[in-house]
This record gives sequence, C-alpha cells and structure tokens, in this order.
Amino acid sequence: MNPSSASDLLYNPRNYLNSPETGLRSWLLTLDHKRIGVMFLVGTTISFFIGGVFALLIRIELLTPGPTIMSAMTYNRMFTLHGIVMIFLFMIPAIPSGFGNFLLPIMLGAKDVAFPRLNLLSFYLYLTGAAVALYGMIQGGTDTGWTFYTPYSTTTVTKVVPVLLGAFILGFSSILTGLNFIVTTHTMRAPGMTWSRLPLFVWSIYATSIIQILATPVLGMTLLLVAFEHAFGWGVFDPARGGDPVLFQHFFWFYSHPAVYIMVLPAMAVISEVVCAMAHKNMFGYKAVAYSSLGIAFVGFFTWGHHLFTSGQSAMTGGIFGVLSMLVGIFTAIKVFNWTATLYKGSIAFKTPFAYFIGFLFFLVFGGMTGIALATVSLDIHWQDTYFVVAHFHFIMVGATVMAFLAALHYWLPKITGRMYPEGWGLVAAVMIVLGFNFTFIPQFLLGNSGMPRRYYQYAERFWPLNVASTAGASVLAIGLLIVLVYTLLALKWGPLAGPNPWRSRGFEWDTPSPPPPENFEVTPVITHGPHEYEEPYPDLPATAAPEPKHV
Amino acid sequence: MNELIRRLLFLPEQASEYARDVDKLHFTIITVTMVGATGVFLAALLFFVKWKRRSDTDPTPRVQPTAVHEVFFIGGPLLLFLAFFAIGFPQYMRLSTPPEDAMDVYVQGKQWMWKFAYPGGPNSLDVLRVPAGRPVRLLITSRDVIHSFFVPALRIKQDALPGRYTQTWFNADRPGRYEIFCAEYCGLTHSGMFAELVVMPASDFDTWIATQRRGLASAQDSAPIPGEQVLPSSNIVEAGQRIAAQNGCFKCHSVDGTRHIGPTWTDLYLREERLQNGKTVVADEAYLTKSMMDPSADIVAGFQNVMPTYLGKLSPPEVAAIVEYIKSLRTTAVATGPSEGPVYESVIRK
Repeated sequence: MNPSSASDLLYNPRNYLNSPETGLRSWLLTLDHKRIGVMFLVGTTISFFIGGVFALLIRIELLTPGPTIMSAMTYNRMFTLHGIVMIFLFMIPAIPSGFGNFLLPIMLGAKDVAFPRLNLLSFYLYLTGAAVALYGMIQGGTDTGWTFYTPYSTTTVTKVVPVLLGAFILGFSSILTGLNFIVTTHTMRAPGMTWSRLPLFVWSIYATSIIQILATPVLGMTLLLVAFEHAFGWGVFDPARGGDPVLFQHFFWFYSHPAVYIMVLPAMAVISEVVCAMAHKNMFGYKAVAYSSLGIAFVGFFTWGHHLFTSGQSAMTGGIFGVLSMLVGIFTAIKVFNWTATLYKGSIAFKTPFAYFIGFLFFLVFGGMTGIALATVSLDIHWQDTYFVVAHFHFIMVGATVMAFLAALHYWLPKITGRMYPEGWGLVAAVMIVLGFNFTFIPQFLLGNSGMPRRYYQYAERFWPLNVASTAGASVLAIGLLIVLVYTLLALKWGPLAGPNPWRSRGFEWDTPSPPPPENFEVTPVITHGPHEYEEPYPDLPATAAPEPKHV
Repeated sequence: MNELIRRLLFLPEQASEYARDVDKLHFTIITVTMVGATGVFLAALLFFVKWKRRSDTDPTPRVQPTAVHEVFFIGGPLLLFLAFFAIGFPQYMRLSTPPEDAMDVYVQGKQWMWKFAYPGGPNSLDVLRVPAGRPVRLLITSRDVIHSFFVPALRIKQDALPGRYTQTWFNADRPGRYEIFCAEYCGLTHSGMFAELVVMPASDFDTWIATQRRGLASAQDSAPIPGEQVLPSSNIVEAGQRIAAQNGCFKCHSVDGTRHIGPTWTDLYLREERLQNGKTVVADEAYLTKSMMDPSADIVAGFQNVMPTYLGKLSPPEVAAIVEYIKSLRTTAVATGPSEGPVYESVIRK
C-alpha cells in the first residue's frame, strides 16, 4: 500500500467499511458509531419504503369516492400502519440515529460515542421493536390510527397490543440514543471545541436528544396503560370502566407533540450544515440558530393542548396553548430568516443538496404559516381532524424532514461511502419530489378547507377532483423517490470517487478522509476556529471528484 | 370579494355570521402569510442570482447579524402572530359562550349515527332541524367512543365524549340543508357517520316542532335505533322525573327546596355552589352530569361524600332527561309543567 498515491487521497484505503474486518459478523457486533449509523440508515430506509407503499395504497383507495381496491377495515389498518411505520420506524430514528450517529462524534472530534455498547443495544432495540410491530401488523393489524385514541383503542377487535409494545420498545431505542448523544456532547469534545464552536448540527441534535429522554418515557407509560386496559380491562381511559377518555389525549400529546420536534429539529440540524456548505458562507446568526433549537425543544413541551381545542377543554386553556404554540413559530421564523440571510454575499452552488434546501425552506415556511393559522384557535375549530391538518403536518413533519433527509443523503454520501451520486439525476429527482409533494398535499389543504374529515374511507362526490389531484401528485413523488433509491444503490458500487471533500466544505466532518478511518481521526484534532468559516481561500488539496466514473 | 376568495380556497358556504367572521380571519392570514413567504423567497432568489458560485475556492466575507436584525427577526413575526391571535381568540371565546336564550338540543353520537333530542320530547336520527336566525345550543355526548360533531358550513366542531357533556352553539341564518360529519375517527364506518342539518325558516320550525310535540308525526324521524333504549314518555322533563324516582334520587335530593342528605334540586341549575375544597362551581349541564358519573369529584361544602356513581347505570338519554328535569325546577322561571310547553319556547319568542 502506498499512502501517497493519488487514488488513496481520493478514497481512503483503511476505512470503517473494511477495517478492522469485513463480514456480516463484524457488522452485527460492531461498536463503531459509523457502522451503527449506517445500519440505522439501512433500517430506516427500508421502513420508509414500506410506509411509502402503504401511503400509495391509501391514495389509490381514495381515487374514487366509494370502495376502490380494499375494504373499509383494510383501509383503516392501512392508514394506521402508514402512520406507525413512518413515524416510529422512519422519521424519529432516521436523522438522529442514522446521520446523527455517523456524524456527531466526527463533528466533535471524538473517536466514538460515549457508550458504544449502549449504542449497539439501541440498534437492536430498534430491530426488536420493528419486529414486534411487524408481527402485530401481520397478525391482523391495528385500526386505531397511529394516535391510539381511547376508548376506541381499548375496545377495538383488532390486535393493538403487539403494535403498542413495538412502539414501546422503539421508545427505548430513542431514549438510549438521546442519552448517548447528550453525554457524548458534554464529555467527548476535542480540545478547543468550545460550545460556541459546536457545529449547528450538533446543537440541534443535542436539543433533540433532550426531548427524546424527557418525553419518550411518557409515551411508554401511556402505551403500557392502553395495552393493560385493552388486555385486562383496567379502567384508566374508558369511561364505561371508570376512566377518563381525555386523559389519554393529554398523555399522548405530551409526548407526541414534542415528538414532532424530535422529527423536525434534526431536519433543521441538517439544513444548517447544508446551507453553509452550499453557499460557502458562515452561518448568519450562529447563536440565534443554536439557541432557537433549545427554545423549540423547551416550548415544544408546553403546546400539547393545541391538539385538544375541540375536546371540551376550557376556553382559557385553549388560549394559553394557542399563544404558546405561536412561540414555536417565532423560533422557527428566526431560523428561516437566518438561513436565508446566510446566502447573502455567499458563493452559492445549485447542487442537489441545495435544491432540497430550497424545498425544505418552502415546506417549512408554508407548513409553519398554516401552523400559525391553526394556533389562532378559532380557525382550528374548522380544520381540526380534517385534511387541512393532514396536509399541515405532512408539510412540516414529512416535507421538511424528508427534504432534510434527502439533502443529508446527497451531502454526506461522499463522506459515508466515499462515492458521488449522479448530479443530473439528483436534480431531476429533486424537482420531481418537490413538485410531487406539492401536488399531493396542496389539494389536501383545499380538501380540509372544504370540510373533508381525515381517515375517511368514502367521501362525498364534491371532494372527488381534489382527491384525484392528490393521488396524481403522490405518484410523481413516488417515482422521484424511486429514482433516488436506484441511483444511490448504483452509486454505492459504481459512483465516481468523491475525494475527501468534494464540496470544499469547512464543516469539521470533512477534515478527516472519506470514508473515515475506524477511529475517525489519525490524530486527535485540535479545534482553533468555528465551523463553516470561509474567509480564507481553500487550501490546495485534491478535492474534486475523479472524472472517470469507474475508477477502482 | 369574499365570495371569490371563498371559492378559490374551496371553502363551503357560510351559513352563519360566525362562519363569515372566521373566514375573514382566514383570508387575512392567507394574504399576509403569502406576502411574507413570497418576501422570504424573493430574498433567497435575489441572493442566489447575485452571489451564484463562480469558483469553488473563493473565500466569502464573514457577515454577522446586528442587534437590528435580531429585533426585526423576533419582533416582526411576534407582532404578526399576536395580531392573528388577538382576532382568533375572541372568536373562540364567542363559540365557547352560548347566549342565554339559546334553544337546547341534545346530541348523542353513537357508532355510527347521530341522534338529536329536543326538550319536550321530539327526537330524530341523522337529521337536525333548527330554526334560522335563532341561537341553538348543542349539548353533545357519546354513547360509546369519541366522535366529533362537525358542520363545515358553520365552521364549528365539538368532540362528543362518552360519559360527559360538551357544548357548542351556532346561529344559522340561511335556511338550507348542510352536511354534518363525524370528524374523530370512530371505527369501521367512521366515514358513513353522516347527518344532515336542516335550517328551516323560524315559522316553519315552530310549526314542525309543535306538530312533533303533539305526537302526530312522531313516527317520521324517531324510529328507535335497534337495541337503543327508548324513553316511553314524549316529554323529556316528565321522563326525567320518573327516571330520578326509579333510581332513588329523591331519597337524598329534595325538590321543594329543603336541605336533605344531598343539595336540593330546586333552583340548582346555574346556581353557584361552593365546594369543599373552597372553589366555586356553576351547576351547569356539565357539572350535573359529572356529579352523576363521578359524585365524589366535586362535593358541595356542607355535604357528605356518600353518593354512589351512576356511571354505567344511567344511559346518556336518561342523564339528559334528569338534567332537563333539574333545569325545570326553577322557582323564578315561568311556570312549567308537564302539560305546558318547555321553558325555552317562552324565552325565544321575541
């Protein structure tokens, strides 16, 4: 091996993929955060695919006002499974456990996370939870919606207990990862890595981790109570047995509202990195972006009541939750303004990650604005439980999170695999995905305006045209996503070698070769400046991708 | 203009003043946010065109926000959002406080149908008839799981909770037929839980309800639901008195104003009661229902916690009947009795 050869600079020969050894066993028992992160990425991508198939089946069923391809019972199970798979198996773990695991220690200049064994356990808990939930789906499925509202969920004839237990176990995976990240960020930072030099990705993932360890136990407790009530007939939530039906909603949203930020904050984490790297520009308002992440994490705990505006809570409670919900909008607006201002006097390259940044900004701004409209309380009364809310949370949670996930995939693919995706196809797919997403969900905003409630198997004929439009949009979106899947898989083997830093990014993770060595850094880095500082010209290193696509 | 934007946004017709007011807020927010969002995107576009990358290695200047930026970034949206809230919240308050003279209709959700009962007897299935131009208060409950009563044309929605009563109100001013949906997922035929709101000219409604009360057309809408307990009496107050007697309520509660083991029912409705824990509560429908379902939750000061729960013993129509009976026990109200029309008729006649 000749360490100074040109190909070694383009593709690090001793990397985490082949060292210390290859083979299935070395992956399954690995303690390397990068390998665990990659395994999470594979697992969550498979889940994304399954959840996407469910979504397409739902859209096909809604193509006509009456029954189309499935029975009402199957449809009810389908939207439940779509929600559970997408939320618990894809969106919550995808960015923090996948990209976060891979990148957080590298960005901190650490060799691994603080508790590597706990990290591996977290992955196996994810697999166990997914397997238990999958068993529940095959054994009859659940028809309660992913929200499991009582007393319906405790009286339904379908099997809810395995799915509840699956979500319960997945919660522990989430808690362990969050715990690991918090301890890692506090104790494993490289010399010179002060809190004001932390990459914004780390700040945002850190805020996410706080929510994960504080809110997820509440979900676990609640799901257990529902499982007990369903299995043993305890009267906790069912009024016929002496329980309180609204109590469940309070418990559930006390977790599930912060869970929205478990999904969105990591997306913001990715975008803060991508916008700097694509614009070759320092973050405008680093502190504002960092603190607003913590602000969202904090305020997110006090907004759950906005899911209960029509549940008979007092008007004063409604008002308080309305105002608190708007504070989330303020913090989000601060971030949006700062990201946009980052482009000012930058050097902007319109590559695929930047296309997803634009898509992200679009979905976040419009999704966020509809969120503000919902928080005015009186408008929410009309929109509550209609397709407007469905479109709103798909814009925010899915639009923003999937955009960020794809931005991360394209931006860090050269770091993770050492190879580049095809730029042309990347832009084509990005345009299809952004347009397809809009065509899917803008009709759903209008459906909600016109009063179509969500979770409807059949609907009045006046809702027909908009439903057809939505299904058409969903197919464009699906094709776009398939294109990404295909070229990413092809790029793993045949993609051109990317070199250590194809973006000439000044994020700390690019200071190590690509793919990174097992211990991340040959020597422990000493940090002397903040992330993404572009005042100095780029040092002359071979950074561009090799022109020949089949360089081995 | 209103009509144009309404159609652009696919909003259903506006059947009440409240619906028109809510839509005004809707249009305001849509316009303002669209302008704001366009501003953000125009800025992004401008920056992109002006500072498109020319070389991969060029340095860029370090730009940092000043205090002015931060004040603008935080203060701008904050003022805007609070202004929206300042319009929206009073509307919500308005929806939460029904006018005193509203006509009451009891609404009961059940998998998968809506049942409406008027004081004085008439009840109907999946058709709610109301007079145009008069306020109507809905007292909503559920027999099984959670449902949600949703009238898009009125822009109102209220969950129907088992074991509790919730309320909402409206004043529909345009006669016509409007859709009622169930908005909270309630099982297999959730999407088939459909009812119709018929807003009748007030005089037509008076004729209709009078006919209903006389029992001439009682078979029209009130076919009993299979398996549903039917109150044999046509008068809900009378039924309430009978049910209360059957369940032994009068062993502890007097109806002549005297103090007994429990508080008297005379003038109990809307009375301010002081509780053992020092708080005060207004004895409205919600409190009365709660006192039957969970008596030990709010004990009136000076009384013992001895009442058993009637949860599961009384069906929602029976609870409604007892509440209606308690409401009829008012010394200050116009004289009511089984033979006369119910109390609200004399109030709404203007």
